[in-house]
Amino acid sequence: MSAPALTAADARSAGSRSPAPRPRKIKVAHPRAIAIFIVPFAILFTLFYLVPIGYAIYQSLLVVERDGTFGKATEVFGGLTQYILVFQNGPFWESITRVLAFGVVQVPVMLGLALLFALLLDSPLLRGKRFFRLAFFVPYAVPGVIAAIMWGFLYSPNLSPFTALTSNVSFLSADLVLWAIANVVTWVYVGYNMLIIYSALLAIPTEIYEAARLDGAGQLRIAWSIKIPLIMPAIVLTGIFSIIGTLQLLAEPQVFRSFSSAVTSTFTPNLMVYSTSSIPNVNLAAAFSVVLALATFVLSFSFLKFTQRKEGK
Amino acid sequence: MSALTETPVVARPSRRVTRRTENAPKGPKESPLSRVGAMTVMLVFTLYFLIPIWWLFIAGTKSSSQFTSTNPLWFADFNLFANIGNLVAYRDGVFLKWMLNSALYAGAGALLATLFAAMCGYALAKYRFPGRELLFNIVLGGVLVPATALALPLFLIFSQVSLTNTFWAVFLPSLVSPFGVYLTRIFASASVPDELIEAARLDGAGEVRTFFTVSVKLMFPALVTVFLFQFVAIWNNFFLPLIMLRDETLFPVTLGLYAWNSQVNQIPELRGYVLIGALLSIIPLIILFLLLQRFWRNGLSAGSVK
Repeated sequence: MSAPALTAADARSAGSRSPAPRPRKIKVAHPRAIAIFIVPFAILFTLFYLVPIGYAIYQSLLVVERDGTFGKATEVFGGLTQYILVFQNGPFWESITRVLAFGVVQVPVMLGLALLFALLLDSPLLRGKRFFRLAFFVPYAVPGVIAAIMWGFLYSPNLSPFTALTSNVSFLSADLVLWAIANVVTWVYVGYNMLIIYSALLAIPTEIYEAARLDGAGQLRIAWSIKIPLIMPAIVLTGIFSIIGTLQLLAEPQVFRSFSSAVTSTFTPNLMVYSTSSIPNVNLAAAFSVVLALATFVLSFSFLKFTQRKEGK
Repeated sequence: MSALTETPVVARPSRRVTRRTENAPKGPKESPLSRVGAMTVMLVFTLYFLIPIWWLFIAGTKSSSQFTSTNPLWFADFNLFANIGNLVAYRDGVFLKWMLNSALYAGAGALLATLFAAMCGYALAKYRFPGRELLFNIVLGGVLVPATALALPLFLIFSQVSLTNTFWAVFLPSLVSPFGVYLTRIFASASVPDELIEAARLDGAGEVRTFFTVSVKLMFPALVTVFLFQFVAIWNNFFLPLIMLRDETLFPVTLGLYAWNSQVNQIPELRGYVLIGALLSIIPLIILFLLLQRFWRNGLSAGSVK
C-alpha cells in the first residue's frame, strides 16, 4: 500500500500548530495557481460561514419598534437589549442546564464505551474483529432523525418489542425522556468514535508494545500505560466533537416531541432558537444563536486547554 | 457470524492481526477468562447496536395488522415488497422524490465540497504565500463552528435574496467543508512529495494540471474520507432543511419522514410508511460505507499499513 500516513502524530502536530514553517520573506511563486486553488473555497466559506456569523451578530443587536400596538414595525439599533433578554430568559438557561447535564453523563459514557471497544478491537483477545467493527459502526449510517423515530417506537409502551420493560418503565416520561434521548445519541455515535480512536491505535507502531510484552506486561497494563496516553489526542478530538454535538442537540428532541409531551419547544437551546425564530422574533433568536455558539466555543476550547495541561504534567 | 467476516467484500486479512499472533507467544498468554469476557462484552453490545435495525427490518416486512399482533422481532407474512410498492405509490411517489433529493443534495454537494476543500488544503500544504497560516487558522476555527449555529442566519440571509424554499438554500451551504480542508492539508503534506511536483514542473505541466493528474491520485484516500463524512453530514442534516424548506417536493428524506412522523397521530396509516421509509432511507448510506470502506479506512489510518 503506497498510501502514506495520516497518523495521530500528524494530527497532533497540526493541532498544536508546531513551529510555524520558515517565516522568511520570499516572493510568492505560482500566484495564479494558488488563486485558482483557494478562491472557490474562500468564496463559499466567506458566504456561508463568515457572513452568516456576522449577520447573526448584527441581527442580534437590533430591536423591533412599533408606533403603537398596530403600527408599522421598524428595526432599529438596540445595543445589547436582546442579550439582556437572553440572560433574563428562564427557559433558555433551563435548556442550557439540561444539555449540560446531558453532556456530563452522556459524553463520558459514550466515549468510555468507544474507548473500551477500540482497545478490545486492538487487543489479541477477540475473534471476528472485522464483524464487530462493522456492526458497531452501522448505527452511524442512520440519520439522527431516523434513529430517533426508530427508538421512539422501541420505547413506546405498546409497540415496542420489549413491552415487558417499556410498560413498566416509562422512558418517554418527563423524568426519563432526556436519558432516552441520550441513549439514542449514544447508539448512533459510539461506533463512529470507536473508529476514530481505533485508527489512532492502529497508528502506534507495534514495536512499542513488544518491549512491554517481553517484560511481562499484560493487555490491561499495556492499554492503560502505553496505549491510552498515546491516543489521548484522538480522545480529546472525539471529546470536543461530542461537546459541540451535545450543545447543538436538535433533531432527536424535535422528533421526540411527537412521542412525548414532556419534550417542549424549549427543551434544548437549538429548539429554543427554532421556536423563537418561528414566532417570528428573529432578533432574539439571533441573540440565542450567538450566545449558544459562544458557549460552545468557550466550552470546547477550555476542554482542549484543560486536557492539554493535564497531558503536559 | 464468522461467515460474514469471510465474505470477499469484507475479507482482506488485517496485517496487524497476523503480526500480533506471531508475536503472541513471546509475552504472557492471554487468559481464557479475559478472552471470554471480551467476547461477551462485544456480543452483548452487538445485540444493542443491531437489534433496533433488525426490528426495523422485521417491521418493514409486515402488514399493518400483523405489526402489532405478531412477534416484533420475528417474521410474519413477508410483505416487504408490497409495503415498498405502497410507499412508492403513496401521494404520487413523494417518497422517491425525497430519496432523489437527498441523493442530489448529498451526492453532488459532497463531491463539490470535497473538490473545493482538496484544492484549498493542497494549496495550503504545498505553496508558500502570505496569510497562509492565518487562512488555515480561520478554517480551523470554522471546524469548531457547528453547522446548526449557522442555520438561522443563513435563513435570514437567503430570505433577503428570496432564495429560501429553493434547492439552492440547502445545497449551497453544504458545499463548504472546513474539516475537509484541514484533513486534506495534513494528508497532502504527508503524501504528495515536493520532488514529484517539481518533476511535473520540469516536464512542463502547469500547477493546476499537476494537481488534477498527479496529486489527486496520491490524496485519494483522504478525498474519499472527506467525501464520505460530508455526504453523511448532508444526508443527516436536519435543521437547515427544516428551517429553509416549505415545499414538500424539495424535502430531503429525513425531513420528509419527520413530517410524516409528526402527523401519525392524525393519520395513523402513515405509521407503516414511516417505518418502511426509515428502513429504505438507511440502506444507501450502509451500501456507500461498505463500498468505500477500503478507502476511508486508509484515509483515517493509513499510517499502520505500509
